Amino acid sequence: MDAISNTFERLGGVNLLPILLAAVAFVLIGAPSSWVTLTVAGLAMGMMVFLMASGLSLVFGLMDVLNFGHSAFVSFGAFVAATVLAGLSGWLASDSVALGSLALILAFTAAILFGLVAGWFFETVIIRPVYRDHLRQILITMGAMIVAEQTILAFWGGTPFSVPRPSFLEGAWIIGDVSIEIYRGFAFVLGLIVFVGLYFVLNRTRIGLLVRAGVEDREMVEALGFRIDRLFIGVFMLGSALAALGGAMWAGYETLITPALGAELMIIVFIVVIIGGLGSIEGTLLGALLVGLMSNYLGFLAPKMALASNMILMVAILLWRPNGLRPAVK
Amino acid sequence: MERTTGEIAVKLVVLGIGALLLFAPFLFQDVRSLEVAARICIFVVLVASYDLLIGYTGIVSFAHTMFFGFGAYGAAILLKAMGPGWTPVILGALAGVAVSLVFAVAIGLLSLRVKAIFFAMITLAAASVVLVLVSQLSQLTGGEDGITYRAPDVFKPATKILTDADGKVLRIFDVRINGKLAAYYFVFFTSLIMFLMLLRFVGSPLGTVLKAIRENEGRAEAIGYRVVAYRTFVFCLSAVFASLAGTVYAVWLKYTGPDTALSFAIMIDILLMVVIGGMGTMWGAVIGAVLMIMAQYYLRDLMGAASEALHGLPVLPELLAPDRWLFWLGIIFILLVYFFPKGIAGTAMAAGARR
Repeated sequence: MDAISNTFERLGGVNLLPILLAAVAFVLIGAPSSWVTLTVAGLAMGMMVFLMASGLSLVFGLMDVLNFGHSAFVSFGAFVAATVLAGLSGWLASDSVALGSLALILAFTAAILFGLVAGWFFETVIIRPVYRDHLRQILITMGAMIVAEQTILAFWGGTPFSVPRPSFLEGAWIIGDVSIEIYRGFAFVLGLIVFVGLYFVLNRTRIGLLVRAGVEDREMVEALGFRIDRLFIGVFMLGSALAALGGAMWAGYETLITPALGAELMIIVFIVVIIGGLGSIEGTLLGALLVGLMSNYLGFLAPKMALASNMILMVAILLWRPNGLRPAVK
Repeated sequence: MERTTGEIAVKLVVLGIGALLLFAPFLFQDVRSLEVAARICIFVVLVASYDLLIGYTGIVSFAHTMFFGFGAYGAAILLKAMGPGWTPVILGALAGVAVSLVFAVAIGLLSLRVKAIFFAMITLAAASVVLVLVSQLSQLTGGEDGITYRAPDVFKPATKILTDADGKVLRIFDVRINGKLAAYYFVFFTSLIMFLMLLRFVGSPLGTVLKAIRENEGRAEAIGYRVVAYRTFVFCLSAVFASLAGTVYAVWLKYTGPDTALSFAIMIDILLMVVIGGMGTMWGAVIGAVLMIMAQYYLRDLMGAASEALHGLPVLPELLAPDRWLFWLGIIFILLVYFFPKGIAGTAMAAGARR
């Protein structure tokens, strides 16, 4: 048993889980072409969920703040981006790739900017007064989520909002008998770029060093003379912006969004954060990929089970590792 | 403990509310008021049992409506399958309690021993999965439409409980002593009994242990109390009360669906009621439930009028539309958590102490 677990650890430990899951699914599904489609879908979903969840995980790791209102950034990001896209639908309809990508970049930038501003506002107004008081944090951020959801309802109404996509992201690539939706590939690549960027900032820059040190032991870093609370606003804003970006990408993925979107995704985001372990983006990525793959595979293999699949995954992992797969918070 | 003037005031207010509820059918004779009164009774129990968790033990759970729903659906499914009668009600209540207990023990043991903060997330995830399951298993639960069924015969409006000399329904102060009245008093007295049980429980030595855990978990553990066991026990207890309240509500409404028994909106209502009323007081549950439900039923009309009045202005009429009342409650809720974290009852009780 020890030998097995040693080999497992040497090969990469828990990082192997998504690959293991994919391998098991490959055997169970049998048809390689559907397996590829499902895997790409799962990876794309995982990347988008990663964007939404990474901020929540870092915020908790750094400042012990649990933000139940995090999903509000996701829904706002989705609706802001959708509105910009709808406003620029003329550009999207044209065949020009340049105009289409410009519209997309504008939409995502709008979502990110909104996330930054909303994150700053949220941090200073809502969360600042309740540092280090979990009960009130949960209550207040929950209240803020209600207000945010109602604001969305007031501005955009309760009817589903259809999101146009640039024409060059419509359709699918067909390779042999494998078909891959272009938007999924795009979402995966964009998510990967953000992850790599985030990873480099956290591991190769001075600010990243401070963030990681703060997650590890906040008081020690503060004792050395660094203002963790100022750093925290930055991390919070970044996390909100990432959530908004994730929401914006999700809007393009779903193409029909409702104000309930945030609440639906919040559950998945929480599960991802719990599975991955709080405070580490690697853990969050791992959790997000697992959840994305799992729900797509099970949705194909046993549609009835798909609903509970994330729950089952979470229970299994918590029984095995009560603190999540790769926690950074002790 | 010294009794403060504020505490006496709070208890008097609660007693007054109790008296109003007791005579509600005689005081307010329209159907809607009786509906409001019954809803208040049930939510008082639901909120008080939630207060046991959040106020007395310091656990934040988002699965309380799940247990409420188990109780409601237990009675509803059996009443539908077996026809009206007391057997399905009792069996349904027992089934609801059993399912609630299984879930509560599983969630409690799994998540109360890991990081306390996970608990809120895990309960939220569990509750949402159950909500989705209920809307999917439509053969059993009626899906989104819910189930309509008939309550036991005693509670039919046509049933004559007391008759006068002519064999007609007896009227006391112009109120018919019929099945509707019996149903209301069934709701009132079961709620009253459950609330008194909760009140008694909080005053017991066990309740003191819970407060100790809330105040300082490490210390309670050091003194020799097994924190995980106590937390799991309280979680189960509150789940049982929520489930029973659900059964009573199902019998009263003669309809059970996701919106009345299981939706996340109810969870938010409960949370608002507890915080507005005052966490950790039990009396606050009564005040919070009364205020919130009154607001739910009567504030909307007011907001509708305000929205009409501001017609033509940008956004404002939208924000004042009757459907947006949660927006304002959310803001009030945030302000309350900031400035009066003890809620109305808690703040009032503390007020007298300073003098």
